[in-house]
Amino acid sequence: MPTLTLEQSDRRNAWGFVAPALLWTLAFFVVPFLFMAAMSLWSRQSGQIVKAWNLDNYVAFFEKASLFKGLVNSLEITLIVTVLSVLLAYPLAWIIAERVPKRFQRLALIMAVLPFWTSYVVRSYSWLLVLSKNGVVNQTLLTIGLVSEPLELASNRTATVIGFTHFFVMLLTLTIYANLIQLSPNYRRAAADLGANAFQTFRHVILPLTLPGIMTGAFLTFVLCIGDYVTPQILGGNNELVLPQIIMLQLGRRADFPMAAALSIILMLAVTLAYVLCARWLKIERA
Amino acid sequence: MRNIVISAASWVYATLVFGFIFLPVAVLVLFSFQDGRLPVPPFNGFSTQWYAAIFADRKLMAALGNSFVVALLSSAIACVLGFLAAYALARHKLPGSALQRGLLIAPMTVSYLIIALGLLTVLNTFGIPLSLWTVGIGHVVINLPLCFAIIYSSMGDHHINIERAARDLGAGDLKVMVLVTAPMLMPSILAAFFLSVTFSWDEFIIAFLLSRFDVTLPVEIWSLLRSGLNPKTNAIGSLVFLVSVAVLMLLEFTLFRKTGKS
Repeated sequence: MPTLTLEQSDRRNAWGFVAPALLWTLAFFVVPFLFMAAMSLWSRQSGQIVKAWNLDNYVAFFEKASLFKGLVNSLEITLIVTVLSVLLAYPLAWIIAERVPKRFQRLALIMAVLPFWTSYVVRSYSWLLVLSKNGVVNQTLLTIGLVSEPLELASNRTATVIGFTHFFVMLLTLTIYANLIQLSPNYRRAAADLGANAFQTFRHVILPLTLPGIMTGAFLTFVLCIGDYVTPQILGGNNELVLPQIIMLQLGRRADFPMAAALSIILMLAVTLAYVLCARWLKIERA
Repeated sequence: MRNIVISAASWVYATLVFGFIFLPVAVLVLFSFQDGRLPVPPFNGFSTQWYAAIFADRKLMAALGNSFVVALLSSAIACVLGFLAAYALARHKLPGSALQRGLLIAPMTVSYLIIALGLLTVLNTFGIPLSLWTVGIGHVVINLPLCFAIIYSSMGDHHINIERAARDLGAGDLKVMVLVTAPMLMPSILAAFFLSVTFSWDEFIIAFLLSRFDVTLPVEIWSLLRSGLNPKTNAIGSLVFLVSVAVLMLLEFTLFRKTGKS
């Protein structure tokens, strides 16, 4: 009997323990989000926010090329970056897992992600030092006489893609390495016993087994990349704006909160769609 | 023979990718010592004048301090809330616990920009002025899921018996939690805390949208960028990088080395 009352008082305690976190998430995440969703249905007319419930902002998004192009640019850049990062990171992760001696692997991994520790804004800026008109690449090309005029390497889509890829190669090397290192060497031995050559083993055994890790990393890349404002703003120039830049423009010059809210909802739907598309490969681990 | 080819190709590839990864950081650090007004080639000579310039910059130093306070405070709150919630959900059968877990993790799946915008619309509507406090609130929102997930996943069942023993010896829920559970989980609590500090320290968009007069370091660096290529930006960026790496190495060789072996 006494144990029962203890359990009961425990449960009341438990509610007390979980309540602060739940309340915080409700008050500062769920409520603001619902508020923003509601605001996306309002509009801004002659400097005032009018609570007229309609889909005007969403209609405008599909009708105005300047807004819609933002989503297209975002999706294109994000897809290029995701594919490029996976292709660059996978061999590196494989080399660290398979070719580097065990006791140096941790060091190699730390080195591979060391630039994570520059601040995010500075990392994009440092690519500007490399790519700008008087930057390292151009000066080198000019000095060895490969070009006579400096090339326009910054302020375009390529620069944005390079900046993003730099960041996500590091991230994906980590996630793919973690995946590779878990594989038992028995898989490879079994494949070899059954007569597979190195390529066949990779294609039919190693790659499928590491696919969940790749997809998790790729999804993370997609989410972080499509929502980022800093890298395209610093490196991308003003010709091809991505969705987060357009959202920030609504906030800044025009203070059009309803439009910014609608565009944010659209951004979120894009992420949700990506999640649905790769959900069957995503394995969120729980202990 | 085949093996040698693969080895050589591996080395070449690894060198190229490592070169790509390190190129911008190397340029950043090198030209923070530039003796001249432009952080691009040619390198004119070694000078620490830009480091002197950032230490003399009152706004930059204030932003550095602000970042510290916001990062430490918001991470501490996120850790405490995350730990309490993890304890409650891992050790007690509460109705709707799957839903509660889902709710606590949810902010992780949403872009920071959207979290910031949501908070901004609410703050604007209720006329709450923007400050470092509002930045801190936003940072707890993004770090709470992280702290909760890390601590929750480390609450294995093997700890339950020790907690039961403490209970049998008369310790109440709170006492068990503070004196038994928390010390046992200290490695993952610390990991959650340091990860949160890193995220908060480096976070830009929430800090940018939710602050006004007092700003954090990334926001102050952002306003430095308006002056284009500036060795001062190199200096503050390099300083943050070198200090972070030093702290990382320190943790690697003390804290995590120990827990890694256990």
